[in-house]
Amino acid sequence: MIRKVLNVFITVAKGLKLTLGHFFAATESRKVKAISDPNYFAQNSGITTIQYPHVQLPIPEVGRYQLDVEMDDCIVCDLCAKICPVDCIDIESIKSIEAIGKTSDGTTKRLYAAKFDIDMAKCMYCGLCTVVCPTECLVMTDTYDRSMIDLNEMTYKFSDMTAAEADEKRFALEKLNAERFAAKELALQQNTGNKI
Amino acid sequence: MNFYLTYVLVASALFAFTALFTLFALYSERKISAFIQDRLGPMEVGKYGSLQAFADILKMLQKEFIIPTAADKILFILAPIIIFVSVYLGFAALPWAPGLIPASLNLGIFYIFAVLSIETLGILMAGWGSNNKYALLGSMRSVAQMVSYEIPTGLSILSVVMISQSLNLQEITIRQGILSSEAVNFLGIYDVKAIGGILSWNVFQAPHLIIAYIIYFIASLAECNRAPFDIPEAESELIGGFHVEYSGLRFAFIFLAEYSMMFLVGMIGVVLFLGGWNSPLPNMGSVSLANWTTGIGWGIFWILLKTLSVVAMQIWIRWTLPRFRVDQLMSLCWKVLTPLAFLCMLISGIWRLTMM
Repeated sequence: MIRKVLNVFITVAKGLKLTLGHFFAATESRKVKAISDPNYFAQNSGITTIQYPHVQLPIPEVGRYQLDVEMDDCIVCDLCAKICPVDCIDIESIKSIEAIGKTSDGTTKRLYAAKFDIDMAKCMYCGLCTVVCPTECLVMTDTYDRSMIDLNEMTYKFSDMTAAEADEKRFALEKLNAERFAAKELALQQNTGNKI
Repeated sequence: MNFYLTYVLVASALFAFTALFTLFALYSERKISAFIQDRLGPMEVGKYGSLQAFADILKMLQKEFIIPTAADKILFILAPIIIFVSVYLGFAALPWAPGLIPASLNLGIFYIFAVLSIETLGILMAGWGSNNKYALLGSMRSVAQMVSYEIPTGLSILSVVMISQSLNLQEITIRQGILSSEAVNFLGIYDVKAIGGILSWNVFQAPHLIIAYIIYFIASLAECNRAPFDIPEAESELIGGFHVEYSGLRFAFIFLAEYSMMFLVGMIGVVLFLGGWNSPLPNMGSVSLANWTTGIGWGIFWILLKTLSVVAMQIWIRWTLPRFRVDQLMSLCWKVLTPLAFLCMLISGIWRLTMM
């Protein structure tokens, strides 16, 4: 019985000593270091809190956070939308009637992106889309602190075309298609006429 | 007429003190717990978060009084008042400095002990009135715990009262320092009446009172429902216990009572065992530190210092030890503390007869 009570006091004293040690170590704060720093895990005492909005931990440039599209380089190939496991990328493409231009790596652009929406609320940050992108225009940036008041704002719209422009391109394509169809019909008729 | 004015002034001063102390204790508890857990605690409101407690109380004041539909309205509304008033009344008989005591009662400690027991009633009213299973469970645990722990508390207080032969807290304090009219014997042998200081405190006058003080301290933690004896509140099991259903100012009053109770039990312990407002510094030859550091201002300073250290100890213990189980709590009380307190009382009796 006495031994038991004594043991209680010894263990309580041990616990109190431990917490007191932490209490007095609180004069020291955690140093702000990047994860790549060799001494990142070296500090074992002191306050671990980082006062986030005021102080930020440096993060690698190639962090896997928010998605960003460089629309000038995008060929609207739709590969990213196809590979996405959660279907958060929504692309609507319009065929151009002629080559639009070249991307920075020399690929010819032949499609307009009437819509290029990425729903970041759905995104699971797997990064597959950035892997398949043939022109490397879809990248993950180091921005991670983004909060929205409206849920719709979580859908990032990357398309740089206005609705009027898209309609114009659509109309041009339809016109071209109609012309080609008419030409085809004509050719078909001539062919059949020749045979008969 | 002036008579009543003094009463009102003293009462308001005490109320202001409890309110200020609660705000201070709230902030220091959050800071101490944060430092113990390697966190920073409140940092945003004011310099180092120093205005956090005021912001909290402002939020509380603005909140709506919600009374559950199925609650017993009278009990529900009365409970916080009873809980707070019973603790607040306890401050009436506590001495702050030589000659400075709100009400110098001959039955001082007995009165405080009786008034504090009413808090249990308030807690039971809160739990029952809320008509909530967690609140009722919490208050039932609280009542069981407080009633049980009043026995070791009472017995350890009794062993001091037997040594100092008075229930008046001012008398008990005076007998622990240089102002005593009787002999003050360190360890019951050496006369230290002229030396005073730490040597003349009750715990050193009769060393078995150290054990009595430890018993009192443990039991007082249980009396004010603090960890490791916080099973009536048990945030993780009972989501707050008896005060689950309270909001706004009513909750603030329960909180106020809780923190005032911490100060009150700490102060009773200091007065009974640790010399009250007496200076811990002894007279040494021509350097009469005890004489220099005794007086009204010094008295308030010493008693605040001692009591705040005890409160800091309570906070420190809360953030170190895990919560007791109900059966462990009861077995500690009845099988360890109560017999030990009885033993202390017995030694006190023998001490009084043989050594004094």
